[in-house]
Amino acid sequence: MTVTSVDKDLDNLSLTLVADFDAPIERVWQLWADPRQLERWWGPPGYPATVQQHDLTAGGEVTYFMTGPEGDKHHGWWRVTSVNPPKSLDFVDGFAHQDGTPNADMPTTTTQLALAEHEGGTRMELRSVFDSREQMDRMLTMGMEEGIKLAVGQMDALLAA
Amino acid sequence: MLLYNRMVVHELTEDAVDGLFHALADATRRDILRRSARDELSVSRLADAYPMSFAAVQKHVAVLERAGLVTKQRRGREQLVRADPDAVERARQALDQLEAAWRGRVDRMSRLLAPVPDPRNDNPRGHGT
Repeated sequence: MTVTSVDKDLDNLSLTLVADFDAPIERVWQLWADPRQLERWWGPPGYPATVQQHDLTAGGEVTYFMTGPEGDKHHGWWRVTSVNPPKSLDFVDGFAHQDGTPNADMPTTTTQLALAEHEGGTRMELRSVFDSREQMDRMLTMGMEEGIKLAVGQMDALLAA
Repeated sequence: MLLYNRMVVHELTEDAVDGLFHALADATRRDILRRSARDELSVSRLADAYPMSFAAVQKHVAVLERAGLVTKQRRGREQLVRADPDAVERARQALDQLEAAWRGRVDRMSRLLAPVPDPRNDNPRGHGT
């Protein structure tokens, strides 16, 4: 397994994940530093990302959108707070409206990435924290309502068929 | 707006989606969900509301619980059912979703890092040093 450990801190709303890759550190760094590679792993299956802006410098921004199966577009952004290639990258990431402006209703997370050489490969440590409990709660409420709507909608469709 | 939810839906296992559908496919369970969204109710109070045994109601609650739609908390001798999870439970759910998203990303990263298997053994480049 690639993922070596996962720790969740319910008080601080943080997730720490450690993964080991059988690849040199420079190669793993390229997954983040090369926008064409980032596009291939950032979005979930069926939602490939298109990276528009990609400035991995302190204060720089990454902007992207993901395209869903029905052509629906979902925009997001990173704001880079610090970077030290190929070892570390800190950024805040969030969601954006269709015009690319940040969506304050959706949660932002702060992520700290650290890469280190480890047993001939690379160890990646990620720490991701929800920045606001209120935003996190809103996301869950919407997720629950959306899940129920989705399920009920599909049931209706089945019944109407 | 629903990006995160969609992402999460896509990272959900088929089992989890099946569980959600199964949970909502029953009128009693939908009614329990409605009631527990309004109020925090004990399983025994809920059992009084339906023409069925305590055990049967408990079973319905367990299905809703497995689907992540309600949580059960013990208070004294009573088990309280609520559709609106408390802060700790919400934190757990949100971090579970974040974990699922990152696990998916790490999987895709390792696939990208995997050496591309040579489809043809007679590929001359495959025999180089």
